[in-house]
Amino acid sequence: MEDSRRTFLKIAGISAMGLGANPILSAFATDEHTEAPAEEQAQTPAEAHAEAGAEQAPAAAGEHGEAGRVHVQRGSDALTAKQWAMVIDTRKLQTKDDMEPLIAVCHKIHNVPKLQNKHHEIKWIWETEYQHAFTDKMNQFLNQEVQHRPFLVLCNHCENPPCVRACPTKATFKRESDGIVMMDFHRCIGCRFCMAACPFGSRSFNFRDPRPFIKEQNKQFPTRTRGVVEKCNFCAERLAVGQMPACVEASKGAIAFGDLYDPESEVRQLLKTNYTIRRKQVLGTEPSVYYIV
Amino acid sequence: MSDKKLIIAGLVIFCVLFTFPLWFNMGKAAPQPKLELTEKAKAAKTCVLPLEEMRGSHMQLLDLWRHSVVRNAERVYVAADGKTYTMSLSNTCLDCHSNKAEFCDRCHNYASVSPYCWDCHIDNPKGEN
Amino acid sequence: MLELTLKGGKSYWGWLVVLLAVIGGAFGLYIWQIKFGLGITGMSRDVSWGFYIANFTYLVGVAAGGVMVVLPYYLHDYKAYGRITILGEFLAIAAVVMCLLFILVDLGQPMRLFNVPLYPTPNSVLFWDMIVLNGYLFLNLVIGWNVLESERNNAHYQGWLKPFIYISIPWAISIHTVTAYLYCGLPGRGFWLTAILAPRFLSSAFAAGPALLILLCLFIRKVTRFDPGRKQIQALAKTVAYAISVNVFFMICEVFVAFYSNIPAHMDHIKYLFVGLHGHGVLVPWMWASVGLMVIGIILLVNPGSRKNESVLAVACLAVVIGTWIDKGLGMISGGFVPNPLHEITEYVPTVPEIGITLGVYAIGALVLTILYKMVVSVKEEVRA
Repeated sequence: MEDSRRTFLKIAGISAMGLGANPILSAFATDEHTEAPAEEQAQTPAEAHAEAGAEQAPAAAGEHGEAGRVHVQRGSDALTAKQWAMVIDTRKLQTKDDMEPLIAVCHKIHNVPKLQNKHHEIKWIWETEYQHAFTDKMNQFLNQEVQHRPFLVLCNHCENPPCVRACPTKATFKRESDGIVMMDFHRCIGCRFCMAACPFGSRSFNFRDPRPFIKEQNKQFPTRTRGVVEKCNFCAERLAVGQMPACVEASKGAIAFGDLYDPESEVRQLLKTNYTIRRKQVLGTEPSVYYIV
Repeated sequence: MSDKKLIIAGLVIFCVLFTFPLWFNMGKAAPQPKLELTEKAKAAKTCVLPLEEMRGSHMQLLDLWRHSVVRNAERVYVAADGKTYTMSLSNTCLDCHSNKAEFCDRCHNYASVSPYCWDCHIDNPKGEN
Repeated sequence: MLELTLKGGKSYWGWLVVLLAVIGGAFGLYIWQIKFGLGITGMSRDVSWGFYIANFTYLVGVAAGGVMVVLPYYLHDYKAYGRITILGEFLAIAAVVMCLLFILVDLGQPMRLFNVPLYPTPNSVLFWDMIVLNGYLFLNLVIGWNVLESERNNAHYQGWLKPFIYISIPWAISIHTVTAYLYCGLPGRGFWLTAILAPRFLSSAFAAGPALLILLCLFIRKVTRFDPGRKQIQALAKTVAYAISVNVFFMICEVFVAFYSNIPAHMDHIKYLFVGLHGHGVLVPWMWASVGLMVIGIILLVNPGSRKNESVLAVACLAVVIGTWIDKGLGMISGGFVPNPLHEITEYVPTVPEIGITLGVYAIGALVLTILYKMVVSVKEEVRA
């Protein structure tokens, strides 16, 4: 009696594994389906022969893909680069008042909440003193003007980002197409390992629901929810439609933005003709934000 | 077995409880939800995908959209008929279907689904409600 | 064997009820945390890891400490430990369960937990941490259960178990090394960026784990008919003595490197912990208490006279457990995050709800440990009868 019960259980177990294998494998196949580039989407039946009706979305005006093949592509006015970089001419941003509009526009268009509790504050870009921005370059006898000049700090979109190395789900990742260190808010599990890894303190965490603290919601851009990490995204959504990052635009020329690996770009010209410093260069993360002091 | 009566009684009670949703809701199925289209949606005649596909797989489409936009920096979706759309839930989908309560919510409530997309994505981009 | 855990006296069941009550209360607090967000804790933008991760780090050490019983018995045939390897393995199980729970309660989006195995990321140490912790849990469950069951049936454990046992030894070292690697590979955190962090973690683990095990053994001897054995306890005590001495030595090395080199950035973190920095020093008394306790532990454990006196030994072990907990728990986390990368200071103190949830996790661990140890004791009593 004992043996046949054991045999029965063994067979039942193996059958259950066999039956379960197919759904599990197809679930993983679906995941790869969404992971893979959109070429695979051509499998969905291409049916509709609709008349060219009203334009669906503003930004796609004037575009037309090949009929019959479903795919995704970049917008025709999207800006591209191998590695986006920024050169901040700090001589042109002398006071806190100079910086206010830059910070305000970034936080406004990205629905960054303003929390009173400093522990829970969220900031994508902010100003600080030289001694805090450049902790490895402090002198006891520093140029007085530089010592009291405010400096703009933000995510450096490093070429060798430790936060990307740390993320266990690739929720933060370095985009192949343009070098921006992006956040995928759908995937972030809120472990905050990236916050520990960032040598520049650029990342913020949503300790609570941010929506009550957003004064004026920008309906064109999502908010975030509690439990995810966020930071500057180099205005990826603006670059995709041919616009410069908001802080660059608001800086009236104090901030240059361009492709670090395009020798003709404004950024490279500035780097060639000015001595620039970066934050914590010695760590080798290769920040893409340069400062002309 | 001396416990036979107890065991059978227990089994019966278990079966009754287990099938509770079936016999309690017998004949009480709610009517299929009726969705209302906005003027803009009616004028467009077709959505990004054919109706049946949208009904069944709009979440898969949205997954593809967010993967393309966030991870691959590709923001334009070219449908089978060549029409292009900006891949955005709030700015494209809800641009046409701006009546979330009479459209999206009707089916979601019926199927008892509460997607948390709206925690982040703005659900009234046209400023209504 | 689980049926053994259903037979117990009033104090046994009373203890379980108390634990369940604590767990229930903590669960309510956790629901609040899910609804509100991690803002109910004392964590901040600057100190983004706190009490949960601190306790996680400490308990990984306790779990790894089990290897100090397993290694001498299985690799070096130290027969005396045969009686208590199961206690070490089951302590490891309870500790790892608590570790995994602490990570869970620390997550901002715990419902997305499965993103970790769904999107494997070999360059992330956290990914490997998940693998080694779950693997260690699995190993100890399989090994412990089978060894105990074999003992109950007066048989030798199955042959196929041997490779698992051998793997569990380096695996135990790996769980705490990987946990240390979480910290010591981060370029922006000078306090953690030291090659000696993994050795320091391991020495602290090999002190705390066996010390806790000694306390548990003394307790078991007191309330049950199973005596783990005086010889075994003494051998464990010697392990603790060496390990805690090495741990304090490593701490002295850290202090020397920071202060003899006189590099401000390196000194700042240690200054914050031990004398305060720019007027901030909420942890100062705790750190000195920790050092004091560890030194007391060393004195009492190294000295054979005091070590052989089991009442004094209990005090010494308690001092070691608390001292290493403060060092690894409070000191390690705050020390790394204060001052922040911009050299600003935000202090961290856990809030009451945070402590409540922490106690709930500890209660779950205690529940697991109680049940498992009840099994062990029942089997031992059964076999000896």
